[in-house]
Amino acid sequence: MTDLPTLTRPESSAETLEVIRERAAWLRRRSLQMVYAAKLGHPGGDLSAADILATIYFGVLRYDPTRPAAPNRDRFIMSKGHATGIIYATLAAAGYFPVEELNTYMQPRSRLNGHPNRTYLPGIETNTGPLGHGFPVATGIAIAGQISGADYRTYVLVGDGESQEGSNWEAAMTAGHRGLKNLTLIVDRNRLQQGSKTEDTCGLDPMDAKFEAFGWDVEMVDGHDHAQLLDVLGRPVGDREKPLAVIANTIKGKGVSFMENGVKWHHGIPNAEEFEIAMKELA
Amino acid sequence: MAVEAQNDRPMYDCRNAFVETLEALAATDERIVAVANDSVGSSKLGGFQKKFPERLVNVGIAEQMLVGAGAGLANGGKIPFVSAASCFLTGRALEQIKADIAYSDTNVKLVGQSSGVAYGELGATHHSIEDFAWLRPLTNITTIVPADPWETAEAVKWAAAHEGPVYIRLSRMPVPALEIAKRTFEPGKAELVRDGSDLTIIACGTMVHLAVGAAEILAAEGVLARVLNHSTINPLDEAAILQAGETGAVVTVEEASVRGGLGGAVAEFLATHRPVPIEIMGFPGFAPTGSVEWLFAQNGLTAEGIASAARKALSRKDT
Repeated sequence: MTDLPTLTRPESSAETLEVIRERAAWLRRRSLQMVYAAKLGHPGGDLSAADILATIYFGVLRYDPTRPAAPNRDRFIMSKGHATGIIYATLAAAGYFPVEELNTYMQPRSRLNGHPNRTYLPGIETNTGPLGHGFPVATGIAIAGQISGADYRTYVLVGDGESQEGSNWEAAMTAGHRGLKNLTLIVDRNRLQQGSKTEDTCGLDPMDAKFEAFGWDVEMVDGHDHAQLLDVLGRPVGDREKPLAVIANTIKGKGVSFMENGVKWHHGIPNAEEFEIAMKELA
Repeated sequence: MAVEAQNDRPMYDCRNAFVETLEALAATDERIVAVANDSVGSSKLGGFQKKFPERLVNVGIAEQMLVGAGAGLANGGKIPFVSAASCFLTGRALEQIKADIAYSDTNVKLVGQSSGVAYGELGATHHSIEDFAWLRPLTNITTIVPADPWETAEAVKWAAAHEGPVYIRLSRMPVPALEIAKRTFEPGKAELVRDGSDLTIIACGTMVHLAVGAAEILAAEGVLARVLNHSTINPLDEAAILQAGETGAVVTVEEASVRGGLGGAVAEFLATHRPVPIEIMGFPGFAPTGSVEWLFAQNGLTAEGIASAARKALSRKDT
């Protein structure tokens, strides 16, 4: 699949939203195609994060894919590292590596491992996969920026099930205590984890009150509404005094009718017939 | 005093060499930051904090955050020295060390304080005798166990200049300075503390000084023991270990578990390249309640105990 338009960052938000919409649709199709080809992956979580990633990479983040280690780049960390279909498709679309390389997903010695590895691929900031790792690392990056007075911003996406890991709350405490306004956390709140609903497993609600209590600003958004996402994620850092938690309410499997809100699609792989239906729905 | 005083020589707490060196480096390199888990006092970082308050990051009692912050600070261009009691640093945050530091290959310097059984009576929760076995498979973490203040300072300087993960394992127990005429610190190069041809004692950290005492006891019996200060658990000095094998018998001594540490590494190498009798000295498992001195004595970690193990290794030599 190479139907990828050339990337430009438009001036107006209406044009930006159009780019994000197009990219999000492409990311959904491409990530599902990767999962189907590899017979491996986590399509439910890929699809729930597609709009968040499209908004961040094509509407918010300041980066140059030809200079992935530029000191003042904005950082994005995919803490829910199992959703590799969507992060790899996003990085390819953003120009970090050729789109054709997505065809190697999970193949022997591919740079596109089942969980992202910064020593393999440009654009990956830290290796994730074990849950609860990205948020503390992102907090450390934000502390470095605070110490240096650098103006880069750090964004980290965590899964809601992942939020059950205690390390996240160590990071939430540290970031709140230090007033890390250069740090934005996005929670992919699809309300499902691998085995069941989050609220039936180890309940997380109310997430907004939890982060407020830890000293954060909190925004609740529809995680599939690009305008809402762009509005809260694009706000200038200078306007705030606290780190920002964006609770993005999402639907696991979003965009494919039979996958939506289905726990089996956490790491379920569509058969040929299901894949065909899914691709039609995502067209 | 935990490590036997030798002829009233002055004794040093290597933590002082650590912080003095770190402060000197930080004065000329603003990338250097210290990261602590409420461990400012036990790491002796009070002076650093006074001089560089913005560069002392105290995350509180949160070791996962502590190590994750190290990885993040390195990503942000800093050279973080992450300092905490080694039992908590390596135990509580082991997965962060694996994923965020080793697997991600980040430029983080982990500094384990009060390692081994330095916390004595506080018990096995506070002892750090498992850290070598936990970190040895993480092959890109250079692991340094300095034996005295000079080596501590050199290790800190080397770590700051080296791009990549490092674990420096310090003790709080006073040790004398090693008496070696000409010294150069190089990871993967053991120091010849005393030469000998009958067998080789390979030691690290606090144990090197006891090994020297053992060699003196053995010398009085006409046995010439070589003593190596093998301060880098990773990488190994394979040439020196092979030469140790040539002496026909080996004793390893470490303030750590006998499973998977320096002794394990030496045994793995010699079993493949030059099988000889090896006696592995250290701790067999969780230590009972007792002072550091008592715990050392109980486990034969004295000059006489090491000499005794050397005699045993010699008795197993091919004749």
